[in-house]
Amino acid sequence: MADLTSNFLGIKSPNPFWLASAPPTDKEYNVRRAFEAGWGGVVWKTLGEEGPPVVNVNGPRYGAIYGADRRLLGLNNIELITDRPLQQNLEEITRVKKDYPDRAIIVSLMVPCEEQPWKDILKAVETTGADGVELNFGCPHGMAERGMGGAVGQVPEYIEMVTRWCKENTKMPVIVKLTPNITDIRKPAEAALRGGADAVSLINTINSITTVDLDTMAPEPTIDGKGTHGGYCGPAVKPIALNMVAEIARNPETANLPISGIGGVTTWRDAAEFMALGCGNVQVCTAVMTYGFKIVEEMISGLSQWMDEKGYTSVDDFVGMAVPNVTDWQYLNLNYITKAVIDQDACIQCGRCYAACEDTSHQAIEMSEDRKFSVKDDECVACNLCVNVCPVEGCITMKQVMPGELDERTGQKVPAEYGNWIDHPNNPGNTCASGK
Amino acid sequence: MPNSQMTPGIAPGRLTKDAYAKNFTDLHAPLDAHEAAVAADRCYFCYDAPCQTACPTSIDIPMFIRQISTGTAEAAAVKIFEENILGGMCARVCPTETLCEEVCVREVAEGKPVEIGRLQRYATDTMMEKGVHPFERAEPTGKKVAVVGAGPAGLSCAHRLAMHGHDVVILDGREKAGGLNEFGIAAYKSVDDFAHREVEWLMQIGGITVEYGKRLGDGMSLADLTGSYDAVFLAIGLGGVNALRADGEDLDGVLDAVDYIAKLRQADDLSKMPVGRNVVVIGGGMTAVDAAVQSKLLGAEHVSMVYRRGKERMAASEYEQELATAKGVTIIYNAQPVAIHGDGAVREVEFEYTVEEDGKLRGTGEMFRIPADQVFKAIGQTLEGVPDGVAVERGKIVVNEHGRTSQDGVWAGGDCASGGDDLTVTAVAEGRDAAIDINATLMA
Repeated sequence: MADLTSNFLGIKSPNPFWLASAPPTDKEYNVRRAFEAGWGGVVWKTLGEEGPPVVNVNGPRYGAIYGADRRLLGLNNIELITDRPLQQNLEEITRVKKDYPDRAIIVSLMVPCEEQPWKDILKAVETTGADGVELNFGCPHGMAERGMGGAVGQVPEYIEMVTRWCKENTKMPVIVKLTPNITDIRKPAEAALRGGADAVSLINTINSITTVDLDTMAPEPTIDGKGTHGGYCGPAVKPIALNMVAEIARNPETANLPISGIGGVTTWRDAAEFMALGCGNVQVCTAVMTYGFKIVEEMISGLSQWMDEKGYTSVDDFVGMAVPNVTDWQYLNLNYITKAVIDQDACIQCGRCYAACEDTSHQAIEMSEDRKFSVKDDECVACNLCVNVCPVEGCITMKQVMPGELDERTGQKVPAEYGNWIDHPNNPGNTCASGK
Repeated sequence: MPNSQMTPGIAPGRLTKDAYAKNFTDLHAPLDAHEAAVAADRCYFCYDAPCQTACPTSIDIPMFIRQISTGTAEAAAVKIFEENILGGMCARVCPTETLCEEVCVREVAEGKPVEIGRLQRYATDTMMEKGVHPFERAEPTGKKVAVVGAGPAGLSCAHRLAMHGHDVVILDGREKAGGLNEFGIAAYKSVDDFAHREVEWLMQIGGITVEYGKRLGDGMSLADLTGSYDAVFLAIGLGGVNALRADGEDLDGVLDAVDYIAKLRQADDLSKMPVGRNVVVIGGGMTAVDAAVQSKLLGAEHVSMVYRRGKERMAASEYEQELATAKGVTIIYNAQPVAIHGDGAVREVEFEYTVEEDGKLRGTGEMFRIPADQVFKAIGQTLEGVPDGVAVERGKIVVNEHGRTSQDGVWAGGDCASGGDDLTVTAVAEGRDAAIDINATLMA
């Protein structure tokens, strides 16, 4: 069986699966249950400064988006940082770390943008024996209105400044958690690196309104007839998170900056995908809020089975392996031609591919009198929509038209050589083309 | 096809070759990958799941289904085999409709449970088809354990003991291992020689040898075993068959259902299995259903299954009863056999209608007769061959929750032991749990 031991910034954990800073890691009771279930580490829910704790709403804190069969695909929340006294949290962290020395405990922090509060809280956290801190520059609701969380994460200069304060005031590894509510994720990552961050973690939640109650005309979750934007998370945000992770991983400036991946991780496969895109480990929240801590068992068995099948002996073997394959559109090979192929044995003849292609794409699927669906190679541009809408996995696949073979759509033979947009004759910016 | 369904008396070859093949194919075809994905998708991953609680072997059902969902059927198989090494057979023969699937929350919600049994088969088949055995034997302990009986309880016990590093010798009276998995159970629930293949697969753990033709009391005593082994596990099943106690029981054509099923299971060519034109099965349990349905599938024209009590008292589940009627078996409730008539060979069976009042059964005095060329007795099996010194109560070897008998160093489990409900899956659980206790005792 593959060795899942993880070493992230020198912080060791029995597996690369951590729980993200969020309600599941708010207190000792939950964290102990998580460790008993097998989680490798936790990022303790964000602590604020000494004094009266923040106050949460007492109406609904969460809203949800569902797929078929009421499967929860996206969750949004308006919960703030911990609403329990700082001292109590610190005592609990100390106790849990003492009892679970092999697990990682990172403490998430959010205090006002002044050096002294950061100094104070770092000092307090150091007494707990925690393995590191994560700076919460991400929460998009509530705290951002008070100049913290996402408000800091949207200003690279602030990120750099606070990160530097932290690095100057503690020997603990400092992870900077980034907000996705920005235009270019590379900027805050670069700022964190300049400030001396040991790693970044992303994504925090996305500004969102999940639904509107059409009777009360109020957004959900609704508190006394009003609602506010909350942080969106869960499987629905995974593609956004994967892209942001990849942007940082392939940016030459931040290429060596360790990443802890967050955003909709639900299964071993999700975790492996984040790691392939450069994450040293992953953090999970919505999946455990939906199914409970036990899901980590599947993540462990699944990742382990896949690593064995691939011959990977350590999780570091495959971290970042997909990064070189993330590129800009302009470098994609325009001479790579595929055509959709429908497996008639697997086809259940629902006709969804036909509706999608005929109504919204390239009229490249034929429907016979007896409901047989087949691809017209002379019309198919290989857009993949039929594959995506087909309810049967593996029924429609893309088959490459090999170099030298005829592309029936263009009437041309497929070129053997790589050819991208930069050199394409239709590119107005292509000097070679304009010269002819 | 020398004969037909109409051929009088008992005759083989009543059907065409194709009909035999069709009739004795898998009762439930295995799920393909797409079907498994859709079926797995319906699982809610319940907390402290009712299905797991209902499983005698406590398989973590939500977890293995989740593992199927995420494309790791092999990991799912390991999860199953950790609790139930005969998870492949149990996936085929468990009455899931009265166990895991009965309590599935989607049965409650929609009257349609997650197809747990078929998903379990999908996972276990995936791993077994690769020939992979997922467990390794611990370092040898030097301890020797005798397991008497190579049925589900014995095999389960032997495997778990072998995993712990003990040397296990299984002693079985027959010429083949598997017990009721091999010699009982309807053929359409275990096709393609699965029982045999499962035993071979299980033996890959190593450290287990099987000695055939060895029966307690037949040149081998319990004292011999306790003298030469560190522990003994009795999994001797129920070797005897209840008598009808009706006149004419000794006529030709009156058979024990278990013997007939065993012959059928071992038949190379089903067209050579003789079956009556008119068959009467007496009994209301799984053996009765298996005998009745298989008689019908072998080409009997009329098959009646007669049970002395009402439908709700029948040991065979509602699902099994429906299966029987769907295959063309007539089920007659509340009738008890009075006499079997015939001249040399059975010709008809006479029954009396019954009523049950305050749990007591009595005949109403009204009689009726059913034509019969063949009668199968399936009114229960009895414990036989229990060695002296091992306490027996109410027809079962007395065991505590760890499977310990009244005699030190002797454990028992499966159908022969008290406490179970005579299911394959219960036998597996009892064998496993006894092995855990034997190991703890030997290593203490």
